[in-house]
Amino acid sequence: MSEPRYSIGIDLGTTHCALSYVDFAGSDGEKTTQDVLPITQLTAPATIDDLPLLPSFLYLPHPSELAPFDLGLPWTGGRDFAVGEMARSRGAATPIRLVSSAKSWLCHPGVDRRAAILPNDAPPEVTRVSPLETSIRYLTHLREAWDHAHPDAPFGEQEITVTIPASFDPAARELTAEAAQTAGYTGMTLLEEPQAALYSWIQKSNGQWRKQVRVGDIILVVDVGGGTTDLSLIAVIEREGNLELHRVAVGEHILLGGDNMDLALAHVVARKLAALGTQPDPWQLRALTYACRSAKETLLSDATVDTVPLVVPSRGAKLIGGSIRTELTRAELTQTILDGFFPQVESAARPVSRARVGLTQLGLPYAQDAAITRHLAAFLGRQVAALAELEGLQAMQPEGASFLHPTAVLFNGGVFKSPLLVERIMQTLNGWLAAEGAAPARLLEGADLDLAVARGAAYYGYVKRGKGVRIRGGIARAFYIAVESAMPAVPGLEPPVQALCVAPFGMEEGTEAELPAQEFGLVVGEPVHFRFFGSSVRRQDQVGTLLDYWTPDELQELEEIEATLPPEGRSPGEVVPVKLHARVTEAGTLELEAIPRGTGERWKVEFDVRGNAGV
Amino acid sequence: MTDSNVSFLGRISLAVGTFFSILGDGEFAARVQRLRSGAPLAETAAPTRAAPAAAPAPAPAPAPQPAAPALKQASPDAALQLLGLLQRDARFIDFVEEDVTAYSDADIGAAARVVHNGCRTVLREHFTIRPVRDEAEGSRVTLPEGFDATAIRLTGNVVGKAPFTGSISHRGWRVEDVRLPKLAASHDTAVIAPAEVEL
Repeated sequence: MSEPRYSIGIDLGTTHCALSYVDFAGSDGEKTTQDVLPITQLTAPATIDDLPLLPSFLYLPHPSELAPFDLGLPWTGGRDFAVGEMARSRGAATPIRLVSSAKSWLCHPGVDRRAAILPNDAPPEVTRVSPLETSIRYLTHLREAWDHAHPDAPFGEQEITVTIPASFDPAARELTAEAAQTAGYTGMTLLEEPQAALYSWIQKSNGQWRKQVRVGDIILVVDVGGGTTDLSLIAVIEREGNLELHRVAVGEHILLGGDNMDLALAHVVARKLAALGTQPDPWQLRALTYACRSAKETLLSDATVDTVPLVVPSRGAKLIGGSIRTELTRAELTQTILDGFFPQVESAARPVSRARVGLTQLGLPYAQDAAITRHLAAFLGRQVAALAELEGLQAMQPEGASFLHPTAVLFNGGVFKSPLLVERIMQTLNGWLAAEGAAPARLLEGADLDLAVARGAAYYGYVKRGKGVRIRGGIARAFYIAVESAMPAVPGLEPPVQALCVAPFGMEEGTEAELPAQEFGLVVGEPVHFRFFGSSVRRQDQVGTLLDYWTPDELQELEEIEATLPPEGRSPGEVVPVKLHARVTEAGTLELEAIPRGTGERWKVEFDVRGNAGV
Repeated sequence: MTDSNVSFLGRISLAVGTFFSILGDGEFAARVQRLRSGAPLAETAAPTRAAPAAAPAPAPAPAPQPAAPALKQASPDAALQLLGLLQRDARFIDFVEEDVTAYSDADIGAAARVVHNGCRTVLREHFTIRPVRDEAEGSRVTLPEGFDATAIRLTGNVVGKAPFTGSISHRGWRVEDVRLPKLAASHDTAVIAPAEVEL
């Protein structure tokens, strides 16, 4: 493989994908030559256009729905599906054949991510695809679009970085890496999206970032995408005279984003229409959602506008006679978006979670509480001790703080184009800080809200080669497996379990954990399941630490892991003692191995992604 | 011309003499032909020797006439494609084809928002359009000799020589970039909006 010419960054988003690249030859130090690839895609049948973003939608057409060549791309005629803009627009009228939010399905612990389950409301006749396969198709399209545009610099020979939410669990990370591998991405690295956003901000500052942050700063990254909200804390420390960035904490996975806001507004307006006797049909509701999005953007960016007229066009050719006319007022927007998604709450507020009603429909586990500020309060509260382990920063937090005090905030995601929303979060956060006598946090300006993640990912591939500042931090969780206590069984009670730490917090890419002392008996030829836990707060546990007790807030149960010892050289049914060993790959995934006693063998332990975890 | 009315016998004599003169003298025959076709008499009277020389170059032109410009037929594909985009994003054909007489201005205005919004999307997405002149409308400008007459149209009191000074009444528009989507060769562009059948 020849030396890469470009560092390619790919934002594999819930609603949009983007590709940015840094030219190694044209970059030196903190000055980089960077571009965004216009992605060649179908925008309508037989129509090819280059757009800056690839909408993350997959459309599975009926065989007689399209003419031959309607799905052809400049590099292939052999596709029987469409991704991108055509999929999005065509699927709006035929949702039973549209796959959307594949990324949210990819990290949904309740379903089998390798099984063909999408679109989840499709009739049996439609050939479904798996969340994994959908991601493979988006990634493949991006690779092919690159190769078409750069025949002289094949994709496979470049430095590739793919972004994931910081809150992705090890199984979702591994699935993303597997999708990339299958799509022909060799030597790919995963990067957390909030980190990518910060890299992009550093890159855009052309070296000026050192003047905007100082040692001891705690940067809160608030990334609200189309479908997810991702929170991270990054500390600025000094090591050997240089500023260093250290990612100290990441938030929970919150399925809540800009699309939820548009939908919420559309329902408000639909209710208003219904009160006047007009009942929008599903097609009109979608058009209304679309109209609400641009009305929202107008109201949120211009404080002098009080109402924005909304028109839902008729479906038929009678445009004037058949259109529905209504409006979105500032009061409705304030009530729905500002008070619904960004309410001014106390720092002690926590997201409300309702008990799920007995029979929930199998769908995406959307956040039950839409208030992003409450999720933020919970995150900062949970991470109050996040700096305790970090040298030089312990003294930065006041005694008795009830939440971790950030000193600077970086926003990412299209919804923050609105100064009103930025202001609302800053106000709320600074209110919390003032209540504890802390100085207000600063806003880090100049972020590129739409393309920051892709741009930051490309820049990361560049700094990885020693060309600039890197964000350290390693894995943002410690991982545990459940061990049954050696206690006499009590009828009617589950035997109590202990949690054994197998991977400590902060393991860096390309490192291995020590071998724990504990051994487990694996039955040869039979899959053995372990309950698996992660903790985003227990930073002090080492490999081998055994927990007898933990609060639900400390340890979250993840999907089970599964080890199977192949019967080679052993007799099936034999019990072999093994140790569990963790390592973090260069790509950024966690790998667990079972190592039998006294041999050099290593058996991979799989994350169970079939959706039978303790849901 | 003393005899304005020739007698019958005189006419017989003239006819017979003329008959043979026409047969024998080509030039005379030509003059008779011109006389019979009602051409002005003065020309008949003019010396006939110069006439053949003048005939090949009729109107004496000051310069040779420029060749007629080659005409190009615009490809209908691009026009149809644009119509398709305007219909898809702006419901342009629906709007123009609808009879507006029965509707109130408010109804038409509501539909016009859809059309305006969509047309703007199409224009911004597929064209880069900038004013020809960056000055504000109403400001005075001077046009040097040899200015681009395609890009700037003089109106009003157009006299004298360049440089011309006047005020901008319209800044003009120039398309700097066209980014129309590519189409598969087999695609029928005449269908600018397919009929939709909901199953």
